Amino acid sequence: MTATAVATEHPAASDTTRGLVEITKVRKSFGATEVLKGITLTVEPGGVAVIVGPSGSGKSTLLRTINHLEKVDGGFIAIDGELVGYEVRGKRLHELREKDILKQRTEIGMVFQNFNLFPHLTALENVTEAPVVAPRSGKPRLTKAEARDRGLELLDRVGLKDRAGAYPRQLSGGQQQRVAIARALALDPKILLFDEPTSALDPELVNEVLDVIRELATSGTTLIIVTHEMGFARDVADTVVFMDQGQIVEQGAPHDIFTNPQEERTRSFFSKVIEPAFNI
Amino acid sequence: MSSTATRAAQSAAGPASAGTDAGVSNPGPSAEQGGPRGPENPQSRGPATDYADYRLVPSRHPWRWVGTAVVALGVAAVAWSLATNPRWEWGVVAQWFTAQSVVNGLVETLKLTAISGALGFILGFILALMRLSASPLLVSVSWTFSWIFRSTPLLVQMLLWYNLGYLYEKISLGIPFTDVRFFEVQTTTLISQFAAAVLGLTLNQAAYSAEIIRGGILSVDQGQLEAAAALGIPAWRRSTRIVLPQAMRAILPTAFNEIIGLVKGTSIVYVLAYSELFYTVQVIYNRTQQVLPLLLVATLWYVVITSVLSVFQYYIERHYSKGAVRTLPLTPLQKARRFFATHAATDNRARSTR
Repeated sequence: MTATAVATEHPAASDTTRGLVEITKVRKSFGATEVLKGITLTVEPGGVAVIVGPSGSGKSTLLRTINHLEKVDGGFIAIDGELVGYEVRGKRLHELREKDILKQRTEIGMVFQNFNLFPHLTALENVTEAPVVAPRSGKPRLTKAEARDRGLELLDRVGLKDRAGAYPRQLSGGQQQRVAIARALALDPKILLFDEPTSALDPELVNEVLDVIRELATSGTTLIIVTHEMGFARDVADTVVFMDQGQIVEQGAPHDIFTNPQEERTRSFFSKVIEPAFNI
Repeated sequence: MSSTATRAAQSAAGPASAGTDAGVSNPGPSAEQGGPRGPENPQSRGPATDYADYRLVPSRHPWRWVGTAVVALGVAAVAWSLATNPRWEWGVVAQWFTAQSVVNGLVETLKLTAISGALGFILGFILALMRLSASPLLVSVSWTFSWIFRSTPLLVQMLLWYNLGYLYEKISLGIPFTDVRFFEVQTTTLISQFAAAVLGLTLNQAAYSAEIIRGGILSVDQGQLEAAAALGIPAWRRSTRIVLPQAMRAILPTAFNEIIGLVKGTSIVYVLAYSELFYTVQVIYNRTQQVLPLLLVATLWYVVITSVLSVFQYYIERHYSKGAVRTLPLTPLQKARRFFATHAATDNRARSTR
């Protein structure tokens, strides 16, 4: 698959200067296993890309390379033209120091499959921790009082203002994931990464989380979502990317890729995961 | 009889009521069904019973009572012998328990415990971080430290530190491999009994606490570090704010074991003739020949210290368990208060209904 510029038809993507993600020929191996075999993908500012595919296809690893939780073995990733994890000096790529990597990460929020909320901190403390201590480029750190106001505002946005004082273990899975989303939003990131945000949830709790993500999709933030919720993907994505065995097999607008997949591998995958009753 | 049996079948559990229709038309089998299970009371009221006015009879545990009785007897026998056997010499114990020299010794014991405990755990924390670092040199230095200090008897370590002056006459601070010296001192003046004791206990404690702290850090889910890194939280803050508070739950029980061990472990510095609690009572009983009562004095003080530490342990563990349990368990004080509150309430209710 070659680089394909994804056309953004997003209504609210007026702010086109932030959140352009360019992934170029990214390779990554764990030991002898090559997990990413040269991935090239562009997500436009404010775009919503949904990555689907069988487990072990490298979706999560790709997501984790975008905020440098995994170092790439080859290729590069740029956000608004700035390389992730490296700095260009002359003809050399210098690996960034920890502090600068942290600065880059504050521009990229991440939501994990199993939430990873800090269990010893309340919902509000989870949300206010990073804005107070994380180093940020161009923006001052928030004071505790500012972070608190912002935190309550964000918890209100995910419908959990009244649970601000609760510890994660006192919340349902869906509520925990909504707190995790608020936490990721607290740094006002350009890009949000979702790594199977609903896979650890009971079916009846999935929608409360998807509704929050749907709302975010219209906010102008670039979203990259790994999910198995095909109905949701069709609703919210402007690009669906199908990955298998470390490669992008096919990508395109949701209607095209779900109703008229070009590749045999894509067709057989969708025939297994989309229930017969699901009409596209 | 058959009509009673049918009614009994009705009043019995759910499955029996399914067969009620058949039972009415054909009393025979219904009698067989309901007969054995039906209550003897012919006045049992139909299936609408909600058992609200039934008295609850708790199940009985006769062997529990037998066990309790046996243990109570044993405890009573021990208590009786402690109280009545004159050879325990409780009068002597009471006389020396708060004697000035014993209290001085106690203060020295507490001082040694506090200083070597604190320094030991700080050094242990550094060693644990070294062991978990990416540098092979730091890892192996930390490993070797724990290996050496865990494999030598504490007694030998003590004597070695105290006799350091024999091995190295002078201790100096300068630039290695040159003749530059900023500072030089006789080893024997630097290593007093107290210094040798603190040094020996601290280094030994550090070797053990390093492993305890490392174990605690490893018990924290990797996802926590990932989430913190993804949020741009700086490394030091990740350790102190995210990982350590969660590691504390695993660290605390073992750490308190170590500190309580250390309280009694300080008694080993008697080999340096350092007048802590244990050495003090030895000096006294060598003079008065009241060996057992004076050992009892020391023992009782160790019991007191350990008890106080256990209370601290309970409340510190409780503090760090917030977030790990849905609701914190009540403290013994809260339980007692609730017990008296509810019992007062039931008493009042009982009185008002009468």
